[in-house]
Formats: sequence, structure tokens, C-alpha cells
Amino acid sequence: MADRLTMPRTAMATVSVRAPSVDIYAPQWRNFVFVAPFLFFFTTLLIFPLLWGMWLSFHKADTFSSGDFVGLGNYVRLFHDKVFLQSVWNTFYFVLLTVPTLALIGLFLALCLNRRTRTAAVLRTLFFSSSVLSVTIVTLIWRIVFIPNVGLLSTIYGWFGATAPAFISDPSLAMIGIAIATVWWCIGLPMMLFLSALQQIPQDVYEAAALDNANRWQTLRSITLPSIKRTFILVIIIQIVLQFQLFGQAWLMTRGGPNNLTKPIVLYIYDTAFRRWDLGMGAAASEVLFILILIAAMAQYLVTRNKADQT
Amino acid sequence: MATLSIKDVRKSYGSVQVLHGVDIELEDGGFLVLLGPSGCGKSTLLNMIAGLDDTSGGDILIGGRSVVDLAPKDRNIAMVFQSYALYPTMSVERNIGFGLEMRGVDADQRKRAVDDAARLLQISHLLDRRPANLSGGQRQRVAMGRAIVRDPELFLFDEPLSNLDAKLRVEMRTEIKRLHERLGTSIVYVTHDQIEAMTLGTKVAVMKGGHIQQLADPRTIYERPANIFVASFIGSPAMNFLPGRLASSPSGVRFAANGVSVAMPAGKRQVDFDRPVILGVRPEELKAVARDEASVTGVIDVVEPTGPETMVTVQVGEQSIIARLPPRFAGRRKEPIFLAVDPASVNLFDPDSEQRIDI
Repeated sequence: MADRLTMPRTAMATVSVRAPSVDIYAPQWRNFVFVAPFLFFFTTLLIFPLLWGMWLSFHKADTFSSGDFVGLGNYVRLFHDKVFLQSVWNTFYFVLLTVPTLALIGLFLALCLNRRTRTAAVLRTLFFSSSVLSVTIVTLIWRIVFIPNVGLLSTIYGWFGATAPAFISDPSLAMIGIAIATVWWCIGLPMMLFLSALQQIPQDVYEAAALDNANRWQTLRSITLPSIKRTFILVIIIQIVLQFQLFGQAWLMTRGGPNNLTKPIVLYIYDTAFRRWDLGMGAAASEVLFILILIAAMAQYLVTRNKADQT
Repeated sequence: MATLSIKDVRKSYGSVQVLHGVDIELEDGGFLVLLGPSGCGKSTLLNMIAGLDDTSGGDILIGGRSVVDLAPKDRNIAMVFQSYALYPTMSVERNIGFGLEMRGVDADQRKRAVDDAARLLQISHLLDRRPANLSGGQRQRVAMGRAIVRDPELFLFDEPLSNLDAKLRVEMRTEIKRLHERLGTSIVYVTHDQIEAMTLGTKVAVMKGGHIQQLADPRTIYERPANIFVASFIGSPAMNFLPGRLASSPSGVRFAANGVSVAMPAGKRQVDFDRPVILGVRPEELKAVARDEASVTGVIDVVEPTGPETMVTVQVGEQSIIARLPPRFAGRRKEPIFLAVDPASVNLFDPDSEQRIDI
């Protein structure tokens, strides 16, 4: 049987004269059993809520009833809501603060720690360890750092006789404070992705570059960075998708304040749907977020792909 | 172009010594082949010449200039790697010109140099492609182009043909030889393939266990191997080894074993008679003759016609030897066979030290 499987199909035809053979390319419906569990959960937990969310967004609904069809009414209300527009801007601002920072710091750490020493191994573990913490712990840690007068930051500034910036209460700094905590929390994954990409580059390419008189900067620019371009795109897309969904840090550190300046879209959805019980509008806001993430990720992908084709 | 001197070069990793005092001199424009089985230290030695690996002792001079303290880029060498080590994200043109680019050569001059090298290697039509879109042989040519364009004092080749299929390997071997004759640059070439060593080298260093077993021109290595290892490593099928004794007889000194009696050439008198020795005979030095001319008598075991010749495995006493006979050899299995040996072509080895005995 094993031999028959590796044989080209024309050869199988001649074999079948002697022994009736099974066309292994024919659809076997019993194979469906193997994918059925996945399909079941995929449909019930992902596809169905997605479609239901869309349906809800066109209806005036609260938790007790899904009421009348209102067409684009929820969307119109949404775009007239100053708080929603503020939350969209906040989310973009947050993504802009965190994603490039995560990619660059992740790359920098990976370049520094891509060696076979014990110190590098310990540091890799250390930088990754923050990723396993829950958002509650992360925000707790950073609130302790940021607490005015007694926090770690205040203490350090105090040694130099300076006043620490008020990262939680200052309207212009609050989002930056959340971004700092987020970068610290999420840096493990980009670093690991970059590390694995760096380790894919064969060592002898670097040896060839050394013989070609390339210095460290030229090697980095001409060989290392072009080789990990795909990983760079991957990291950016993953982080855009993740950071657009900011919720826990903002909720736990600032409750969206001061003055809604750190309220992200997800927090707006939560407020609208589950605190004001306006499910239809919450669903509409969810759809907007969904489309925003999709566009941002696709745009990123298309821009980098076109650029890659030109060079 | 330059000479290469390797003087008492040693290498150890911790307590493990992988190279034990290697000495090699290569003349200007020479082609040195480092030949040996895996783990013999030949690639380590090449990496030390390139500066990719540190020496643990000794000195390496290129063109009379000690290079052990120089960075790879300052040694004025170019290397062709086993895996080619092409830059995957660059076009062929930029791959070849990268070394010049890094040395600050201006674009026009670079383009000319790349075009010249590409023409020499017949890859001008590939200059816009990426390495991923090239075949193995084309990648090999690009790797060589990258080395040539630098116009170095010394080329280093690290098993450059081992990733190619058999036919391409023969083609590229010829190409490398042609290139060497055309450019006249000294070359150090690492391989475990004895055919490459024999065809390419002006000098071959056979290595084993971090020692040089023999350093000589290919012909000497083949005809006068320094020990049993060299004798068995070079040549396919391998040299036949027959244990026996040297004995004096009225007609002179003879080598005698069960079924074998070979007269030693006149003038071989410096060894003790009546001592155990191992006789080494290349398969092609054996000729099928009539019974009264025979110096080796045996029984045919296997006959393998290959086309241009016939390999015959012969049982001689308890030993099995291979003879390379003419294509239309007519013997059959179990038939007796009589073989003659040219006494001038045989080698004698000491059974204990395995070293060659010069009689």
C-alpha cells in the first residue's frame, strides 16, 4: 500500500488491473469527522457571534428585547457621539504610541540577546517573563510606580530634587503612562519573534559579509534587517490587532479618565452595551472597531508588500 | 597572487586538540587541496586561514605577511562557501558587487568589475535574479563571481562542489581548474573527494585526526603514498594490501605470501630481509597473464564489467584483491586467474607503524 501511495496516478491505473485500488484523491466524507469539532466551535463561538453582532447593530436592542430594525440609526448616533469619536482618536493615539515602540524595542532586545551566552539566556527569560503576568498584576505594578509622592518614579525623581511627571492624572501624559505599562507587558512576544527570525539567518552569510569588508552597521542594514523584513511585518500586524483592543490597562489604571482622554473603543463599547444597556449601539461600535483593525492590518501589509516588490 | 605559509599551526577547543602543528608551504599561483575524511581538521584549518577561527598557536603568512592578528577583511582573501552563503535578499549583481561596495568602490567601476566576472562565469543573464531563483550550479557560479570580483591574493574554497549533483560537479570542477589557470591566483581548496584533489591540486595535503599525513603533488600521493591511510584513501577501487614477508632468494629479494611471489626491483637493499611487510598494489597495476609469468595466483570471485574496464575480485589465499582489467576480460567465477605485477609500481608498508618502507 505504501508503494502504491507514492506511485504516480498513471502507474496506479495499470496496477488496478490486478488489484482493485482506492482512489486516494476521492473525497471521503468520513474525513469530515476529523474537522467537525473545530468547525463546530469555530461556527458557534466565532462566526455566529460575528453575524449576530452585525444583526444587532442594525436594531434598537437592550438586554431584555431585541427591538425594531433601525437601519443605520445606531451608526448615525455613534458618529454624532463626541465620546465615541474621542475614543476612536484615543485608540489610534495609543496604537501609534505602542506598536512602533514595541517593534523597535523588541528588535533591539533581540539583536542584543541573540547570542549563546548564559547572561543572554537569563535576560531573554527576564524580558519575556512580564508577558505571562495578567493585566491586573501589570497595572498594579505600574500604578505603584506612578503613584504620586510615594511611587517608585516619585522616589527616583525625589533623589534629584525633581517632581515626577503625573502619568495617571495629567491629561497629556495619562495615555503615555498606559502605553509605557503596555510596552513593558507585551515586549516578550515581539522579542521572541525577532529572535527566532534572527536565528534563521545562516551563520556563513555573516562570515561572507565579514570577508566582504562589511562593518557591523553595514551588516545590520544590508543583511540582517532585509532578512527579517517578513517578521517585522508580522510583528506590526499582530501588535496592531492586539493594541487596538486596549481595555484592561485603561480600565484598571485610569477608568478612561481624565475626561475620557484615555477611553479606548473597547471601553466605550463596554460602557455603552453593558453599563448603559444600549446593545445595538455597542454592537455598532464593535463593527466599527472590527473594520478599523481590518483596514489597519491590511494597509500595513499592502504598503510593505508594494515596497518589497519595488526593491 | 601570493605565497601561503602555514607554520606549526595548532588549534584546540578546551582540552581537545583538533590540529597538531601543521606546516604547509604553497608556492605563488599554486593550488593546495586539503583532503581528508570528516573531522580531520581541514575546514578548521581553512577557517583559520580566512580568519573566521582563531589559531591556538603557530603562524600563517600570506604573501610573506603574518595574518593571524588581522581581521578576515584585512587578509585580502576571498572565500567560496560550501552552502555558497549568498545574500538572500540581494540580486545576483549586488551579491557579486557587495564586497566592492563595502570597500567604497564607485558604482561605475563596480558595474564593470561585476560585468567582467559575470561574463567570465557565463552568468551575465542572471544578474537581476535573486539567489532563491537560481539552480545549484548557478548559485555556485555566483559565489565564485563574488570571490573573483575582489581580485584577492588568495582564494579559499570550502567543499564548493559537495552540494551539486554528479554531472554538474564534474562540469564545475573543470570550470574551477580553467579559472585557476586563467587567473593564476593561489587557491586553497578543502574537499573529501579524492578525484577533486587529484584533478585540481598542484599540491595535496592528506589530513587525518588533525595531522598532515602527506603533503606532496597528486602524482606522488597516488604512486608513493606515505602510509596505509593515504594509500587507501586515494584511489577507487582502493589499493590492494597483501600481508606477507620479504625473503631473499638466489634471484634477488622477493615478496612472498600465500599465492603471491613478487620480485623486488634491484637496488632495494636497505631493509632487513625476512621480515613481515604489507604489499600495496593498485588494481590497475595487475595484469592477467599466462601461468608461467604469474606473480599472483588466485581464483576469480566476482567479475564486474563497467564498460571501459572490468573489475575482477580475486581470492588470493585468505585475501581478496581487486584487479582492473581490460573491458573484454573473459574469465568466470571459480576459474583460476594468473596476475603479473610491475615490481616498480608496488609499495611496501610496515605492518606495525603502517608507514611506507622505502627500500
